[in-house]
Amino acid sequence: MQFTFFHLMPYRPLDMAERHKHRAGWVVLPNTLYDPKKGADEYQSYIDQLVYAEKLGFDVIAVNEHHQTAYGLMPAPNLIAATLIARTTKAKIAIIGRALPLVNNPVNIAEEFAMLDNLSRGRIITGFVRGIGNEYHSTGINPFWSHERYQEAHDLIVQAWTRPGPFSFEGEHYNNRYVNLWPRPYQNPHPPIWIPSMGSSETIKWAAAPERKYPFLVTFSGRDLVARYLNMYREQAREYGYEPSGDQLGWASPVYVADTDERAKAEAKAGMESLFNDFLAVPFQMLLPPGYTSLPSMKNTLRLRKQLGAQKRHSIEELMESGTVVVGSPKTVRDELSRLRDATRANNLVTMLQFGVLPDDLTKRNMEMFASEVMPHLR
Amino acid sequence: MPAQPTNHKVRDVNIRMLRGGSGPPLLFLHGANGLPVWLPVFEQLSKHFDVMIPEHPGYGTSDNPPWMRNIGDLAMYYLDFLDGLGGEKVHVVGQSLGGWAAAEAAVRNCSRIATLSLLAPAGIRVKGIPSGDNFIWDLEEGLRNLYHDQSFPDRMLAQPLSDDDAEIALTNRYATTKFGWDPRWFNPALERWLHRISVPTLVMWGENDKLFPVAYAKRWGERIPGAQVEIVPQCGHVPAVEKAELTAQKIIALAGRR
Repeated sequence: MQFTFFHLMPYRPLDMAERHKHRAGWVVLPNTLYDPKKGADEYQSYIDQLVYAEKLGFDVIAVNEHHQTAYGLMPAPNLIAATLIARTTKAKIAIIGRALPLVNNPVNIAEEFAMLDNLSRGRIITGFVRGIGNEYHSTGINPFWSHERYQEAHDLIVQAWTRPGPFSFEGEHYNNRYVNLWPRPYQNPHPPIWIPSMGSSETIKWAAAPERKYPFLVTFSGRDLVARYLNMYREQAREYGYEPSGDQLGWASPVYVADTDERAKAEAKAGMESLFNDFLAVPFQMLLPPGYTSLPSMKNTLRLRKQLGAQKRHSIEELMESGTVVVGSPKTVRDELSRLRDATRANNLVTMLQFGVLPDDLTKRNMEMFASEVMPHLR
Repeated sequence: MPAQPTNHKVRDVNIRMLRGGSGPPLLFLHGANGLPVWLPVFEQLSKHFDVMIPEHPGYGTSDNPPWMRNIGDLAMYYLDFLDGLGGEKVHVVGQSLGGWAAAEAAVRNCSRIATLSLLAPAGIRVKGIPSGDNFIWDLEEGLRNLYHDQSFPDRMLAQPLSDDDAEIALTNRYATTKFGWDPRWFNPALERWLHRISVPTLVMWGENDKLFPVAYAKRWGERIPGAQVEIVPQCGHVPAVEKAELTAQKIIALAGRR
């Protein structure tokens, strides 16, 4: 298996009582709740953790993009990636991903990734996402065109990386008279593109297409959904007439390991519950603005769950029960992860070993335990 | 007597339409929440007019042509619609989003329009006075913020929503997002062309509108030559519902029917 150490960089010093006076930890959470001195400490801790992950033997260290939220402090993840390039030597550095529809000139994304690929001499993995629904509120981009913009931006970026320039790009949303990238990417034909997704049949069909074969990552989902979506990808690939490699299949999960199940649960509880209930939880209108999900899928969702938007707190027990998070002794964690690996033959595990308010000392021990007690057994 | 839904076709687009009453033609362009039921205001208007209430393309069960991409397309569609009716000029009334479409059509071409009644129209932005964010409001909040007299949303919320109605509401929300999300509820070019509206125009606004503050009424009045501005006390975003009788009276008076 290939192991990724992924970071969201949450703002842990958040005053949770204040947080819950607002609709969400996104969009409308006043930034007066952000203290730059504490924030600077957070960046330092988190970058140290990412660098340490390379020393512990992780294959990939990874960051991503979020806007105007305490959930993640990386509106510009490439800045963090640039720092990581300077402080590491062999780990791949994944930016999974950049939210393509949220920008007005995707060539900027192509350029920045190409720069990072050169600076790192080909250690970059990219990810293409659409952003979370909340981010259509915070950027003002119309979610109705989210899918169209994503497809167009993807085509533009890949062409910018691979077609000799200058050439013209003629789209509905993006029109560029001169596309002519300096620098071109270091990797040939271009850096890998991963597709992190909560899972949708449209995305799977698109990512698995033979001309793309993009590695697909199921994020923040219970074990049944992970298995269902990864097997859907496999089936889709077979329909296209090929057998996908394990490297095309992966999932992302918060993981916590300690000596015993009891201790792991006790230590992970505050972090896990804050991740899902304080940082991630948002009302329906923010999470799924019209167009973010296609109308037919949304109609299905509506039929399935009439009480959309009803928010209840998730306990760590529920999160463990569904397999959305993996928490326990080394044996418990090994068993849980290897069961899912065997059921899906996925080769790409993205771990989140810092989550929510989990403090530095526990994060460090979690990383070390995972690297020494779990990773070698699953390789 | 409630009008029955009929089909109406303009070029290759089929839409649903309520039609009732007799007299000169009156076209009512609905707001963001879609085709309304046959409201008391329509009952009043139908005593004087042949009232037509089309469901915009992309809303409810009307066709959703792929070329309908922005408010300008909707305005051009209604110019086609007016041409297709033939006969005498049409009294055009628009609520909110529908008022925006009506104004966009009128700045392009008034030749088929007899009078224009704009009920709390979207379409312009007054700097420093932001509109309410109906895309972030939850469903109940969104409904309550449209009315001053809370007995209206109380009654609406008490009625159970059928599966079909829920699907239509969702479809409408998608269409509304397409037109209204960005720039939020306005077209930067519209305001500078409002002087081209050359027909008798009424601008009606609830004093307590939480979506588009009443200050917007003044700006519309300043930009449209000779516009009559009516501010309705004790009224939210939908005077046609909250003050049905008054709304009907003003539209009828503008048309010179009384």
